[in-house]
Amino acid sequence: MRDAFIESLSKIAENDEDVFLITGDLGFGVLDNFAEKFPSQFLNVGVAEQNMTGMATGLALSGYKVFTYSIANFTTLRCLEQIRNDACYHNANVNVVSIGGGFGYGALGMSHHATEDLSIMRSLPNIEVIAPGDDFETKEATKHVINSCKPSYLRLERASHTHDDDLGNIFEYGKIRQIREGNDVAIFCAGGVTKVAMNAAKKLSEKNITLGVYSVHSLKAIDVETISNVFENYFGVITIEENNLIGGLGSAISEICIDNRIFPKSFKRMGLQDIYSSVVGSQEYLRDYYNLGEEDLIKNVLEILDK
Amino acid sequence: MDTINLAKNIRIHVLKMTSKGKSSHVGSALSIADILAVLYTNINIDPKDPLHHERDRFILSKGHAGAAVYAVLAELGFFSKEVLDTHYQDGSILSGHVSHKGVPGVEFSTGSLGHGLSVATGFALAAKRRSLKFNSYALLSDGELDEGSNWEAILFAPHHNLDNLTCIVDYNKLQSLTTVKETLNIEPLKDKLLSFGWDVFDIDGHKHDHIKDALTAKATKPKFIIANTIKGKGVSFMENKVVWHYRSANEDELSKGIKELEE
Repeated sequence: MRDAFIESLSKIAENDEDVFLITGDLGFGVLDNFAEKFPSQFLNVGVAEQNMTGMATGLALSGYKVFTYSIANFTTLRCLEQIRNDACYHNANVNVVSIGGGFGYGALGMSHHATEDLSIMRSLPNIEVIAPGDDFETKEATKHVINSCKPSYLRLERASHTHDDDLGNIFEYGKIRQIREGNDVAIFCAGGVTKVAMNAAKKLSEKNITLGVYSVHSLKAIDVETISNVFENYFGVITIEENNLIGGLGSAISEICIDNRIFPKSFKRMGLQDIYSSVVGSQEYLRDYYNLGEEDLIKNVLEILDK
Repeated sequence: MDTINLAKNIRIHVLKMTSKGKSSHVGSALSIADILAVLYTNINIDPKDPLHHERDRFILSKGHAGAAVYAVLAELGFFSKEVLDTHYQDGSILSGHVSHKGVPGVEFSTGSLGHGLSVATGFALAAKRRSLKFNSYALLSDGELDEGSNWEAILFAPHHNLDNLTCIVDYNKLQSLTTVKETLNIEPLKDKLLSFGWDVFDIDGHKHDHIKDALTAKATKPKFIIANTIKGKGVSFMENKVVWHYRSANEDELSKGIKELEE
């Protein structure tokens, strides 16, 4: 998704001299082409995320469409008050990009795991929060946030994600995108764990169990209509996210249910159980360790179906 | 109106506003009245076109002294002086910490310390990259220099030759609980800033010719004006007393204060 983002941004920058990419001294080998091609629209501010975000706000209020770029929690939690008071309160076109959402930086350790960002960013007024599920959604989300003229948060995976059997539905901000058809259980996913759901769905199809997989890329302007239809049409619904259960995707869907008198027949939220990840391992290892892997999802589906 | 009278009027407004609203930070607002009077008469702003794209940008980073900014803006005709009477009242547009929402002339809302200089740096960088003529200013408190974010911006601005950026510190040497020196000593401030690569002007922040000379001096680097001031300046019983970071004048104190200022 990281490369998809840069590719999309570079294409846009060719025709839009207002695009401005700022990095907090990260992106080795990834941002070089952009920096060379658009030197007047690129800046490495050094390891100084508070200044980066405040400055991004000043640039945005002067007409630039600014992207702040770093990894894990550095563009979000480190400078949260600058995002809140400066960018969001002033409704500036500051687009915060975090690479390595969830366990993306695996064995680097807890400091590099972004596992509360969705909850925290979602609670800020004025900001759009987007966790694309694949490269296609990443490119579309990049185009969207540039033109929305307000703050946004893009939570991206390091790795490239594509789904061979994607239904090919369009990306529309605020709309849930169905990426796989199925009748037995519906899976709502946010971000890179979409891959987990798609892989689980393939395995289950061998047992004649079909999953409807839905990418909830937009976590604020939540698509009530689709959520309502899904709960109506499926006996069981599961949410899965590489984020604390408090305040993330599962919370958002639960809120929608309560506010709209939707009464799930069977509903399971998968995410981090209010803990920090302290074991060492790759993203896949950590997903399994914290019960967010394919086998965990399959187990939950089978439980719902009483099989 | 000359700047001396403008500063006097700012102080009288501030006393009245904070007294009526029973709001804090009167000492901090009185401290910067002279700086604001000279600054606002020397920068390029127009009450009739407050959002002109080449206006100079000014951010009060020490947002708690917002009453003084509201006062100078009303004096200059950005909005009616009657609005000042609503300061700190229920439903008012004039919050204790300076807010831009619905207030013509306020460039940026602040209140949490350590934000303004970075944003002003962003304005300055935008002007450079777009070859626009405006200058960017931020006014900080001395206690605010405890915030690490400022030092990120202080490193950044000279590195990028932002000679269109001016940072002013209201160095009244009193912060929230006691003196700056006792709390977290920032000295030798001038030497620090010089070593970071700024043009530094160490002035009396109540002498209007000093302020004007520093503001208008030709810059080849980002400019840092250390404005040595007195907290509560102009009202004898408020000067250099930390309690006026919190208290507001009662009726008697208000009368006495206004009388002193009008003399």
